[in-house]
Amino acid sequence: MGPLTFAVLAVLLVVSALAVVLHPNPVKGAMALVATLFVLAVVFVFLDAHMIAALQVIVYAGAIMVLFLFVIMLLSLQDDLPEGGGRVGLRTAAWIGGGALACAVAWICLRSPLGAPPEAPQGYGGVEAVARSLFTDFLLPFELTSILLLVAVIGAVVLAQRRGA
Amino acid sequence: MMVPISWYLALSAVLFSIGTVGVLVRRNVIVIFMSIELMLNAVNLSFVALARQLGNVDGQVIVFFVMTVAAAEAAVGLAIIVAAFRNRPTVNADELTLLRW
Amino acid sequence: MWGEVGIAAAKSLAVLVMVLNLCVVLLWVERKGSALIQDRIGANRANVFGGILPFNLGIVNTMIADPIKMFTKEDVVPAGADRLLHFLGPFLAVFPVMVTFAAVPFGDVLLIGGREIDLQVAALDVGLLYVLAMASLAVYGVVLGGWSSNSRWALLGGIRGSAQMISYEIAMGLALIGAVMTYGTLDLQVIARAQGEYLWGVVPAWGILYQPLAFFIFLVAGIAETKRVPFDLPEGESELTSGYFTEYSGSKQATFMLGDFAEIILVSALATTLFFGAWQVPFLARDGWYFPGGTHLAMPQLAVAALQVASFIVKVLLLCCFQILVRWSLPRYRYDQLMNLGWKRLLPLSLANVVVTGAVIVLAG
Repeated sequence: MGPLTFAVLAVLLVVSALAVVLHPNPVKGAMALVATLFVLAVVFVFLDAHMIAALQVIVYAGAIMVLFLFVIMLLSLQDDLPEGGGRVGLRTAAWIGGGALACAVAWICLRSPLGAPPEAPQGYGGVEAVARSLFTDFLLPFELTSILLLVAVIGAVVLAQRRGA
Repeated sequence: MMVPISWYLALSAVLFSIGTVGVLVRRNVIVIFMSIELMLNAVNLSFVALARQLGNVDGQVIVFFVMTVAAAEAAVGLAIIVAAFRNRPTVNADELTLLRW
Repeated sequence: MWGEVGIAAAKSLAVLVMVLNLCVVLLWVERKGSALIQDRIGANRANVFGGILPFNLGIVNTMIADPIKMFTKEDVVPAGADRLLHFLGPFLAVFPVMVTFAAVPFGDVLLIGGREIDLQVAALDVGLLYVLAMASLAVYGVVLGGWSSNSRWALLGGIRGSAQMISYEIAMGLALIGAVMTYGTLDLQVIARAQGEYLWGVVPAWGILYQPLAFFIFLVAGIAETKRVPFDLPEGESELTSGYFTEYSGSKQATFMLGDFAEIILVSALATTLFFGAWQVPFLARDGWYFPGGTHLAMPQLAVAALQVASFIVKVLLLCCFQILVRWSLPRYRYDQLMNLGWKRLLPLSLANVVVTGAVIVLAG
């Protein structure tokens, strides 16, 4: 994608990410995160990762964030009070540290001599290529992940149950 | 004409640090969780960008696993928050400080 | 390059216009069809300029008057409601549904001026995954509509509706996997073309012959996704006023209704594409009729394309009418029965379907 498209998507991503972190209302923060995830899926499409982009929308934006919204609605969370109550120094330090981290790593990345990426091989990022790799080279992690998901489901159900009847 | 992959890595770094600041600054446990998801997604972007550079789909398979683990973690974490909320009706990390009461 | 962009824009416009017109037609079909089923006359009172014309223009009045009425009503936002989220709700209910139509093929190709135009707005190689992705985004319209209205009916309807939608998404996705395994691809145009084969030379190899159970599960899950009767507890008219869109009026309510009808059309279009041969007319190929006896009747390509698009629209309309028929014939499921059906019956059935399909594919080649 050209520099203009990249600039637009990058601005959208950074603005919605900042909205997640800064907005006092958790529901609006969750919707900002949905927007971030969706724009990220668009970026994945531009990077020729079609299946991962579709999975990003299905799994992250379509399921995990719905779970977040359910919990926020279940707990009936109101707007957060402005972050008062001391520790202003620590919070400023966190912002400065975060900014320094971003600038340092971005500078290191941008100094890299890599140019535009080479032409992608045929069928790159399609379902068949990813599935082939997933079921041959990465079969063991795949099976372990399925067990992990089973454990997570059982754990979540047990933890969220009401005690007693 | 494609943009150099290093630009995507820089974008990923910026998103990651925004997520880190979110975890450090906010007191609402759910917002902390969302910032952690943001960090995971920044890392996903790095993986996909570098996979594209190397022309190898292995990076995308790693992203698949990161997504799955993030889903499992979100489910269990939110269940813990719901359970803790029943005992003490707060989601402020400063108030959830006692291991038993 | 601008030629390509122009063609894509023209196709998108054509699809959008088709869908919006079909929505309005379905609105009229719903009102008159329900009247027919319930042995009454239905809506026939719409008039132009208060009765200037001595005759009633019939369906044109209802089709035009209803949307005009809804769009000119006052837009009321309840006190204490979150304005931004209240505004986002209808948008997120309609946008994913409309965008999904980009992956649905409505014809074969159009050979115009030496150019071969594929009658599908976006030829995605992950077409079905894209459809599932947009279906999972449609949940947000319900969630936000319910939460932002600051009203307990809306909240109850919103939570029920979103829980129902995410439960039936799973059964729908697994049913689609059966179809994907049969055709070996996620691209909807390739699936549509593959249904042009003939079994034993005579019977068109439509998807429903290969995957009857998947069609049934997909249809039930699709009707549950659109939250229509018998699955309309989230908008249970006799219980929750209007469920999650109680507090919406005017153009926002019109947008929700538009999304509702567009989802009906989407479920019908997907069922047609995967199980009823999409735009295929039996024995019609790109250059004419090829009857099983061996006769060949040549036809100009434009006529063939027009016939195929018409067959697609007819099939979609038939399935929409079937959904409307189901709506006015069946009683409503109770909420626990609904979740029971989704998780304990449809999900194991669709998994069994996947296993059986896999076994048949491996054994029969």
